[in-house]
Amino acid sequence: MIRKAVRFVDERTGTAPFLHKALRYLFPDHWSFLLGEVALYAFIVLVATGVYLTFFFADSTHQVVYHGPYAPLYGQHMSEAYRSVLNISTTVKAGLLIRQTHHWAANVFLAAIILHLFRIFFTGAYRKPREITYYLGVTMLMLALLEAYMGYSLVDDLMSGMGLVIGYSVGMAIPFVGANVMEWLFAGPFPGGESLWPRLYVAHVLLFPILIGILLTAHLALVALKHHTQFRQGRGETEHTVVGVPTWPGQTPRSLGLLTAVAGVLFLLGGLVQINPIWLWGPYHTYSSTNGAQPDWYLGWLIGGLRLMPGFDVVIGKYTLVPNAFWGGALFPLVVFGFLYFWPWLERRLTDDASFHNLADRPRDAPGRTAIGVAMAVWVVLVFVAGGADRIDVLFGISYVGQIWVFRVLVFVVPIVAGAVAYRVCKELQAGEPVEKNRHRAEVEARRYA
Amino acid sequence: MARAKDWLLSGLVLLLGRGRPQPRPGTPRVVARQPPHPRAELAVLALLGLSSACAAAFVVVYAVDRIPAQTQLLGLALGLSLVFLAAALVVTGKRLVPTEQLAEPYPPPGHPQEQQLVIQSLDEGVDGITRRRLLRLGLLGAGGTLALAAITPALSFGPLLRTAPLYRTPWRRGRRLVDESDRPLRADEIEEGSFYAAFPEGADKEEQGSPLVVVRLPPRQLALPGDLAGFDADGIVAYSSICTHAGCAITMYRSPKFAPVEPRPALVCPCHYSTFDPAAGGRVLFGPAGRPLPMLPLRVDGKGFLRAGGNFSGAVGPAWWGVRLRGAHS
Repeated sequence: MIRKAVRFVDERTGTAPFLHKALRYLFPDHWSFLLGEVALYAFIVLVATGVYLTFFFADSTHQVVYHGPYAPLYGQHMSEAYRSVLNISTTVKAGLLIRQTHHWAANVFLAAIILHLFRIFFTGAYRKPREITYYLGVTMLMLALLEAYMGYSLVDDLMSGMGLVIGYSVGMAIPFVGANVMEWLFAGPFPGGESLWPRLYVAHVLLFPILIGILLTAHLALVALKHHTQFRQGRGETEHTVVGVPTWPGQTPRSLGLLTAVAGVLFLLGGLVQINPIWLWGPYHTYSSTNGAQPDWYLGWLIGGLRLMPGFDVVIGKYTLVPNAFWGGALFPLVVFGFLYFWPWLERRLTDDASFHNLADRPRDAPGRTAIGVAMAVWVVLVFVAGGADRIDVLFGISYVGQIWVFRVLVFVVPIVAGAVAYRVCKELQAGEPVEKNRHRAEVEARRYA
Repeated sequence: MARAKDWLLSGLVLLLGRGRPQPRPGTPRVVARQPPHPRAELAVLALLGLSSACAAAFVVVYAVDRIPAQTQLLGLALGLSLVFLAAALVVTGKRLVPTEQLAEPYPPPGHPQEQQLVIQSLDEGVDGITRRRLLRLGLLGAGGTLALAAITPALSFGPLLRTAPLYRTPWRRGRRLVDESDRPLRADEIEEGSFYAAFPEGADKEEQGSPLVVVRLPPRQLALPGDLAGFDADGIVAYSSICTHAGCAITMYRSPKFAPVEPRPALVCPCHYSTFDPAAGGRVLFGPAGRPLPMLPLRVDGKGFLRAGGNFSGAVGPAWWGVRLRGAHS
């Protein structure tokens, strides 16, 4: 039967040579290569659960009165959007499972992308000839952040609204054009015109997923065309020879196993571990907010940036040049993503290295890169921690104001120290390698003569 | 009957019997040979069985309303079904199929010959054209204007160059203050140490220009700057409740219980903890806000109701480039 099918396909498409190559395509074997795959599978779960949610979601901020089964909100004024998500969470069968799985999948998607980025960065896998693959990846991270932000804005609960108005304000704070652009996007001043929700919705369920899908396809095609990088693992890997497991039969059950494992874990989380219990937050109104609100973790670094900034607008006469929210909300992520985009080019300039690289570095092999990467990562993580200073205040009773002042100093000092330490550790590891090798050889010899 | 029994028996034999395809003589193998592993096969079979049992459980839980904790059980069933499937696949990958480590050359870094052919084809295709530069300019012009025309409809999204609505608020002289359920607020019900939300009577509460925070301070504590003198009504002050930093609602009031040792009263935004001084015209005490809270002048009418004495002292909402150029208007 297989013989018949293969002949049918080949005679009509002429793809037997390609199929044979695809089946015997080699995947270098290392656990860290699975991080990107996890992101891919989380994306698949996101699309599948997301499509289900669209069948029940109402993209309207039209005000209605809630008469559903959730008693604490009975009789309250809320948007149709929020009511529809309440219904998904209470009356639609399996609705809450799918919604929570969707939210968990978003978290895992972003976590996997970020860990994948770390792997690519610290092993120098972005170097020639794989720069485009890397730029596509960084762009997808940016899109994924926006996509996730729009996703939890759409629910229109209290947390959504507080997040949305902060996003609006950061946009407003862009010098010269911010107010005009945000009024244009929101169809009027906040809370926006009637068409805002349909806009957000179509962006979240159509434009951004398609964009991510296209970039993802290009990303994977480039990976396949240029093959993966590989570590030196003593199996004969060189710059010119790739060593790995073929798609069929070695890699197929592993990848499918990872796909089903990711999906399984996500559904277990979605069913058993509560996430974003929107019925507790209540509906959003321009005039309502609550203390202790935190965004999802992947936006925590931005709230940290906004909170750390000392209070001033840059003003010339009566003209506000740079409103405060710009620094933490727009410039900070711009610097971080700017660094990510420019780094491959910068490294090429600094090291004068225009050659091809198919072998991945270990972090210690490039101490300079590792140091800079560690410093950047520590910087962002510190700002992220500063974003949780109010929680630290509540949990440990340490004054919020005092903490902010400490963090304002730490974010400059600690990254430099961390970078220096990372550099030193790399150098020590390098120096230790011949020693280790000698000792190993001596031990083997000693055992032989014993 | 006997026929059916025969069919059943032969079916079972086919299903349960062991066997592997005989190698075809003469053709070399493509994939390395994997030694048989009957126990792993049994394990995979068991895991597949468990997976399908869990999937069936999902259907049952969904169908039977009497089963409690639907979300948890549905998630458990579906999740476990997938996890068992994953385990079956992993055992297959580890034991049942060969895990060869093969080597092959990386694709070549470039194809100089083909590169040359591409360049030549591109060049030679248009080398009969004499006015190349002019035509290229024309093409660019046509493409550019067409692109411009294509994005023009996007202007309908919203007002692009009109920031006037950003200064507008529903407040005007004489408008009464009401609470969230539209009940007019009386001056004598505003107590010290408490925090009141207020809105313009009969206006849309969702506009950023609408909501107020109203507090009463001891008149001797008030230290309003010169241009805001008289904005209070016997110690009652009202500010826009939209933070001038990132537009969140100010819903926290720090009111000292032990006046001498605690910091002064302050209005606090819970988003980024911008802190404003209600006694000093909404001056920023701490946090990232770069502009004082706009203050609304208040007065008390003959019946004791609170009314606006005009519009805010400044533009309401998060800061933007024009926020200080004009004041709020009705």
